[in-house]
Amino acid sequence: MTGLPLLSILIAIPLVAGVLCLFVRAEAARWIALLATLIDFALSVYLWTLFDPGGPQWQFVERFPLGGGINWALGIDGIALVLIVLTTFLMPICIGASWRAIGTRVSEYMAYFLLMQALIIGSFAAQDLFLFYVFFEGGLIPMYFIIGIWGGAERIKASYKFFLYTLFGSVLMLIAMIYMAATAQTTSIPDLMAHDFAKGAQTFLFLAFLASFAVKLPMWPVHTWLPDAHVQAPTAGSVILAGVLLKLGGYGFIRFSLPMFPDGAAQFVPLMFVLSGIAAIYTSLVALVQTDMKKLIAYSSVAHMGFVTFGLFAMNRQGIEGAMMVMLGHGLVSGALFLCVGVVYDRLHTREIAAYGGLSDNMPGYALLFMVFTMASIGLPGTSNFVGEFLSVVGTYRASTWAAVAATFSTILAAAYMLWLYWRICFGRARTPEAAVMRDLSAREWWLLAPIAAGVFWMGIYPETFMKPFRADVGRVLERMERVAPAGDSHLRAGQPKPAVIVGEEHPPEGGH
Amino acid sequence: MGRFAPILPELMLSLGGTILMMVAAFTGRRGSTITNWLAVALLLGAAAALVGAPSHAGAVFDGLIAADLFASFGKAIIFPAAAVAIIAAHGWFEREREHGAEYAVLIVFSAVGMSVMVSATSLISLYVGLELQSLAAYVLASYRRTDERSAEAGLKYFVLGALASGILLYGISLLYGFTGTMNFTGLAAAFGRGAPSLGLLFGLVFVLAGLAFKASVVPFHMWTPDVYEGAPTPVTAFFASAPKVAAVLLATRLCIEGLGPATDAWRQIVIFAALASIFLGAVGAFGQTNIKRLLAYSSINNVGFALIGLAAAGPQGASSVLFYMAVYIVMTLGAFLCVLWMRNEQGEPVESIASLSGLAQTRPAFAAAIAVFMFSLAGIPPLFGFWPKLLVFNAAVNAGYIALAVAGILGTVVGAYYYLKIVKVMYMDEPVEPYARLREPVQGLLILLAATAVSPLGYLFAGPLAAMSDKAAGSLF
Repeated sequence: MTGLPLLSILIAIPLVAGVLCLFVRAEAARWIALLATLIDFALSVYLWTLFDPGGPQWQFVERFPLGGGINWALGIDGIALVLIVLTTFLMPICIGASWRAIGTRVSEYMAYFLLMQALIIGSFAAQDLFLFYVFFEGGLIPMYFIIGIWGGAERIKASYKFFLYTLFGSVLMLIAMIYMAATAQTTSIPDLMAHDFAKGAQTFLFLAFLASFAVKLPMWPVHTWLPDAHVQAPTAGSVILAGVLLKLGGYGFIRFSLPMFPDGAAQFVPLMFVLSGIAAIYTSLVALVQTDMKKLIAYSSVAHMGFVTFGLFAMNRQGIEGAMMVMLGHGLVSGALFLCVGVVYDRLHTREIAAYGGLSDNMPGYALLFMVFTMASIGLPGTSNFVGEFLSVVGTYRASTWAAVAATFSTILAAAYMLWLYWRICFGRARTPEAAVMRDLSAREWWLLAPIAAGVFWMGIYPETFMKPFRADVGRVLERMERVAPAGDSHLRAGQPKPAVIVGEEHPPEGGH
Repeated sequence: MGRFAPILPELMLSLGGTILMMVAAFTGRRGSTITNWLAVALLLGAAAALVGAPSHAGAVFDGLIAADLFASFGKAIIFPAAAVAIIAAHGWFEREREHGAEYAVLIVFSAVGMSVMVSATSLISLYVGLELQSLAAYVLASYRRTDERSAEAGLKYFVLGALASGILLYGISLLYGFTGTMNFTGLAAAFGRGAPSLGLLFGLVFVLAGLAFKASVVPFHMWTPDVYEGAPTPVTAFFASAPKVAAVLLATRLCIEGLGPATDAWRQIVIFAALASIFLGAVGAFGQTNIKRLLAYSSINNVGFALIGLAAAGPQGASSVLFYMAVYIVMTLGAFLCVLWMRNEQGEPVESIASLSGLAQTRPAFAAAIAVFMFSLAGIPPLFGFWPKLLVFNAAVNAGYIALAVAGILGTVVGAYYYLKIVKVMYMDEPVEPYARLREPVQGLLILLAATAVSPLGYLFAGPLAAMSDKAAGSLF
């Protein structure tokens, strides 16, 4: 490890750049934001190369107590690492997506985005309970502004709903955190992960954390803020919301709910499976009937998050690794899908599916990339989501057959709504004259989408690159869960092949006729 | 002289205030600026004089007042807050040529009263301090006597305040009658002798009711929105800050030192008052269109949170109350200084929330400051206003009152709505007529300081502040 506080630098760069943005004109702000996010991405890749998967659990640890119970404590394991890289990878793309789409109050916009990046990285890197909470909740403020200022017609309602919904979920978690700090006499997350809370307390602690993470992820039935927020947010806002902010919920489950309250979590496995099943099937059906592209993808996000919770609460290696891979894959794919919507929205200013059609004629490049992401979203082998969904379903099957059935069913529905969406937009004949004359992707849009497509294939073809950093950490989570993992109802055993029978010598087994 | 060393700040303020009154009387209107600055210097000097005997002498004057760290902590935030209230008035009253120098003198006298309040360890000094503070406040509320709203505010405040004083006095007389002592230690001893009698309980309830009025705690909060709206804005800024801190600290000392053995008796009252204040403060603010009224409800709401710390009792609870009030006073003064700056092109004050519309585009820095105060008052991390809330909930959870903490924190979500509304108006609505630009460098600096203190940078100072409030709270036990 180097002596530099790399994680602090990773957080400081967007923060400083964000403040800087406020004092310059629009064009300069765009470049500052792009540069800062690219530097941050480069730095996080450097972090990845330095990260030693076989090394200690927590690396790049920094700790500065500020007194009064406040600690600036950072450190990452493999799980946090890949999520940080996902964040820094998507951020320059978001800035690029807003390059021309955002024309008013650009400096402010860039400042909020950079602030958000700092807060998200902070949440993934925080090693102190309350520091985590500060970062986790702090992310609401810039997102509130992004939705509320640059959003669509219903932006005010959506921004309130987003803010109050998530705040409501989180405050209960805060009380639980206070209780944890008081009982365990520490606020250090690594210490708390090794602390055994009383079984009765674990139930309540789990529920309190569930309130927060279920809203954030989001799980059915507390997902209703998501479609509103997505539809109203500007394209880049949706990308960051779907790509990264939702992952905070999944990250929270892996970091807090599972290793800290294993007994609490085990009690609620059936509930979590039911909720995940409803999310996977019901929201898929809802997605099927949407007429608004963004809403459709928003609901598909909720359905995909069902895979995450399925995998996590299967409490076995395949399940948790699958959940991680779904989070990473979904981060890329849903981000890319929102960008795809943004591309046509910028041209036609409507998200109605009915306004489009036949885009494969006049926008072949767009149709190609959109196809890639559609297939990835369905979970076609060779793309990122296949790996995650497959592992997640395998893990789920080991825990519960019915849950696995629901999860698999959701994949079929995903194919239905995504293919139908793709068909309505790209095939057939243009339904409006405006749609028929739209220009194909510009160079800038290629630059935004191609890297994601590359990532999607990389993750699908050689997932080991991404799984290696967090494999050991998933193992550590599993150690905490071993006692309580559901036994599973599918009693697999090797088959007993019948003794080979030579043709012609078959006799009825029973003699004496 | 050594005998008087522990009350040096009060002596300075009383004598200085009297001299300033003379200065004001003989220099007339011309001298108002110099009187103001002298008063500010006097208050800051009194704050500086807290070092030494006034913080460590302990009980003085036969236990009438205590010169301990708890009192000093209170005074250390009250005196500067009073000074800020004087600075806030600069350029406010001149406009209508009615600014006599009495404003600063009244604030100084009120500060003496608050100073006695936070040091009081006897029911009689408690009452004297409270009345001294209140009398000055009644006059201040009606300071713009030509303005009907101001006169109405003063009258309302006075009539209701007198009623509250009556209730308080009645309670004091009951306590005295049943225990035979005015002293907090004596009271504690009397309450310590088994279950309190009905008379004692009545006395306790009446005293707390009187104090609740002064701290504008539900259900004795009705005067707050009207008085805050009617009083001149610098006066409102003063009301919402220092006297509130003094009243809460007084209640804390009385409950813990004087009524400590009867904790179970007053705790239920405090819990009710805390939750009622939080929720009524949050819900009452919903429909408001006047920013001063909204901030009045916000102050009710915030005092409710401080009371959660008091309900937790114990050193940790008391410490969290001190910490809370210290941060609260900065947020409130900052917010009111911003309200002072809301003037239309003619320089007339504007108070409607609608006039803030689109401020982020016309005056980005100004809007950012207000947004920082609003998010901080709402207790949203990463702003520093979150930390005191965390501390009071922490105290409540550690004392075993988890349900109270949960109820309180749900109140923050309800309250967050109207703070968000102000931010929404400033950032998401279309700009309207811009405000006039003021030339008030000192006020600008104060806003900047306050905004910085409650921004995430505030966490850097949380350690020392927590250490101080712990020590100050420790002197009660």
